[in-house]
Amino acid sequence: MIAELGLAILWMAAALAVLQLVAGALALRPQGAAMLGVVRPVAVMQGILVALAFAALITLFVTTDLSVKLVAENSHSAKPLIFKIAGTWGNHEGSMLLWVTIMSLAGGFVALVERRLPEKTLMATLAAQAFVSLGFYAFLLLASNPFARLPQPAPEGAGLNPLLQDIGLAFHPPTLYVGYVGLSIAFSFAVGALITRDVGPAFARAMRPWVLGAWIFLTIGITAGSYWAYYTLGWGGWWFWDPVENASLMPWLAATALLHSVSVLAARNALRAWTVMLGVIAFSMSMVGTFLVRSGILTSVHAFAVDPARGSFILALLAIYIGGALLLFALRASTVTEGARFAFVSREAALVFNNVMLCGILGIVLLGTLYPLLTEAFGVKVSVGPPYFNPVAAIFAFPMFVVMAVGPLLRWKDDRGGRIAPILAVPALVAIAAGGAAFVAGVRVLPALGLALGAGLAIASLLPLRGRNLRRTPLPIWGMVIAHLGIAVAALGMASESAFSTETLAALNPGETRQVGPYALTLDRIDPVAGPNWTALQATVSARYDGGDATVLLPQARVFANPPGTRTESALKTRWNGQLYVVLGEEGQDGRWQMRFWWKPFVPLIWLGGLLVGLGGLLALIGRVARDVKRLVAVDKIAFRRERQGR
Amino acid sequence: MSAIKAKHQRLVLLVIALAALIGAGLLAAWALSKQASYFYVPSDLMAHPPEQGRAVRLGGMVQRGSIKTMPDGVTITFVVGDGKATVPVRYAGITPDLFVEGSGVVAEGRMEGKTFVADNLLAKHDEKYVPREMKDMTEGQAKAVVAETK
Amino acid sequence: MSAQPASPARRPGLALWLPLVLFGGFLALVVYGLVRPDNREVASTFIGKPIPAFALPPASADRPGLSSAQFVGGKPRLLNIFASWCGPCAVESPQLAQLAKAGAEIDGVAIRDRKDDLARFLAANGNPFARIGQDDLSKVQIGIGSSGVPETFVVDAHGVIRHQHIGAIMPEDVPVILAKLKEAEQ
Repeated sequence: MIAELGLAILWMAAALAVLQLVAGALALRPQGAAMLGVVRPVAVMQGILVALAFAALITLFVTTDLSVKLVAENSHSAKPLIFKIAGTWGNHEGSMLLWVTIMSLAGGFVALVERRLPEKTLMATLAAQAFVSLGFYAFLLLASNPFARLPQPAPEGAGLNPLLQDIGLAFHPPTLYVGYVGLSIAFSFAVGALITRDVGPAFARAMRPWVLGAWIFLTIGITAGSYWAYYTLGWGGWWFWDPVENASLMPWLAATALLHSVSVLAARNALRAWTVMLGVIAFSMSMVGTFLVRSGILTSVHAFAVDPARGSFILALLAIYIGGALLLFALRASTVTEGARFAFVSREAALVFNNVMLCGILGIVLLGTLYPLLTEAFGVKVSVGPPYFNPVAAIFAFPMFVVMAVGPLLRWKDDRGGRIAPILAVPALVAIAAGGAAFVAGVRVLPALGLALGAGLAIASLLPLRGRNLRRTPLPIWGMVIAHLGIAVAALGMASESAFSTETLAALNPGETRQVGPYALTLDRIDPVAGPNWTALQATVSARYDGGDATVLLPQARVFANPPGTRTESALKTRWNGQLYVVLGEEGQDGRWQMRFWWKPFVPLIWLGGLLVGLGGLLALIGRVARDVKRLVAVDKIAFRRERQGR
Repeated sequence: MSAIKAKHQRLVLLVIALAALIGAGLLAAWALSKQASYFYVPSDLMAHPPEQGRAVRLGGMVQRGSIKTMPDGVTITFVVGDGKATVPVRYAGITPDLFVEGSGVVAEGRMEGKTFVADNLLAKHDEKYVPREMKDMTEGQAKAVVAETK
Repeated sequence: MSAQPASPARRPGLALWLPLVLFGGFLALVVYGLVRPDNREVASTFIGKPIPAFALPPASADRPGLSSAQFVGGKPRLLNIFASWCGPCAVESPQLAQLAKAGAEIDGVAIRDRKDDLARFLAANGNPFARIGQDDLSKVQIGIGSSGVPETFVVDAHGVIRHQHIGAIMPEDVPVILAKLKEAEQ
């Protein structure tokens, strides 16, 4: 019953999306004023209906309704509740429904609260949002119905894969999804503004909270994903430049650029066409990334189950939406009137420079990700990894760090370099000292530069607060300072990990000791242990920091029974100045155990920095929204007063 | 600093952006040609050896009876073949679960002298290697294929 | 500086088409990636060679186990490597049934499987197998040069591997496999 109801609601929501598109388009005609009242409620209703459909699917998973195919294939009555719920989106159909749900809820929310945009632009925006949603409705309803029933109910669900029952894996994808799909609003705003040729500060201020919100989720999602890969893979690395990782990084880079150019547009009414372009690009990158991961065209040896039909469907959607938006851009952008101008030394110019650098990184990541596909067209198999991505990304990132230190101190419109030079003397000296020390210590060029710029930027990022009353400093300023500090902190962590990590690989008998960095590690014993659905060999390792007291670490090599699989459980010990990472390998023929130890100084700064960036975004968002709400309330009060006086 | 002539600003910005884009493209193309790691099977590797020290990947079958552990307990040597040629490989580290004689392997590393020195071994069906792809398969494609053909 | 109104300066119209052109290039590339013949799998180096010696215990209650000796003599057989935990293996079950109906004798090797899971799998998807061996360590799979599940091998009456099919058998693959079986008879 619930399944049929869910499907019916989903069809109704799709019908409302058609209505939203048609009414929105009609409202754009000169005589379309009658339609103005229709679009908003329709958009809100559509969001509510889709949310209900998604709730129906969650209910089916929670009650483990095994007559529903999706539930039978992905859930199991014995799963813990939290993983039953997470199972809703842990599969293709459910995740597409989540995609549509976020998209329509966001559209409904825009319709509900947006008051700043000119009415026509808003209509065009909502029509565009409905148009994009419709493609995904079609995909969902025609090619991946999540509510399909089985001819007869399954006796038990198939999805009890313990490897997928990981809390990180359960909530990581939806976090990224909110980010990916949240950018659809920016896309629709950009398309709406192109249609009405109305690009200005009001448009930028309306768009900004949406970009910020999506960007916060992307930041947190990428940070969490990196840490998850770090501790579960047992390879000691935190970023592998894997296509799946790149698919999440590319929208983030575009959204970061967009966030900054939107600020210029909001504050100074400049960079109009560029901002619109980035609005289109950011969501396009979300769709491209999802497509590349989903279609399987970038995975290698295990390409058994690639489904060309489904890949083609998403590709057709990409072609229509991205191609359409870029065509509209090409036709309309030259008629978007030029914005305000600025000098070469000004905050705008610094932001433009960083925008270009971010887009440069975006370009090289995209190229590197697609390159294996490109060469395969000529029959050559290659893989592209850190030796390409690291230095090439650094070439763009390092100048960007320098400008990041300078930009926030510059005035809008026009400034003199001489004015801020004395302020920047301290961070510059710190950077030179750090870089010099690293160079003397024999650190390689890239990490040494990273340390220097990270240290300099950490100081410089705080400078916008100087001379301010900290209690009265607006939240968005705090947000910017903290986010920039987060970038500096993360850069320091990355450079330190790359420069100072030490590794020891050894075959040990119980009782033997090895040194890694400041730690002396003794393998005490190996025991078999058992968990609910796995057995494992567990090493007991005593770690002594600088001859101090022993801390016990328990790395495991787990073997899962159903379905069969093995997983390394690395053991971590975090100190203020770094992290110890211990992995248990196999038993050799001579009875010794392979063990791998890493000492990674300051590596947690990478994720701490990522969280700071997210926190900065959150503060900025709270600041902006609070200001908007205050303004709205004031406007309403005035209107109310006028109305009363009028009577 | 003096402002640029007003009517040219858009053009200047555009030229800068385009120059950066083209620069990025050229840089990426150059770096890709230098840094992309090519995939070799043993007979290719013997016929057209890559330059020493360049990162490449080697794929083939681990020859039976060829895995030997060095006295340190963590370095192994083995021979990878494709039926036409063989290459000796050296690897220090924890071997993947399904790395056994007679199985397929992809080794990431470089030629040093006549030996291929591997930084990383990816045994087929090794859990550490498969998850990303397997995840896609379980989440998307495998289920999708099941759904559509049943 | 900027006080004057926007002038109708020379518009950089052509450059605005650049993103669209780049996107076109991207589309062309991925369309190629989607339609390209799938040549990324690793073919077994064992084609033309006898199957390695093995003897596996039965994996299911109502079918005998499987040993390499059973491939010698008689007629060509199919060797299907599968597992109950493998999604694509369920996909190919109708095609296996079709092959069995067309007279092919099929032996199965269940990889790293559990008896009750396997029984459930066979009950749900049908059991076209004459014999099913249980391979808990993937020994046969690795020995025969298979790199994944499902895979299907055509083995002739001398126990020599004649053909390898990687991935699930789709309806269009059935005639191909039947033809290979026929070919193996000579």
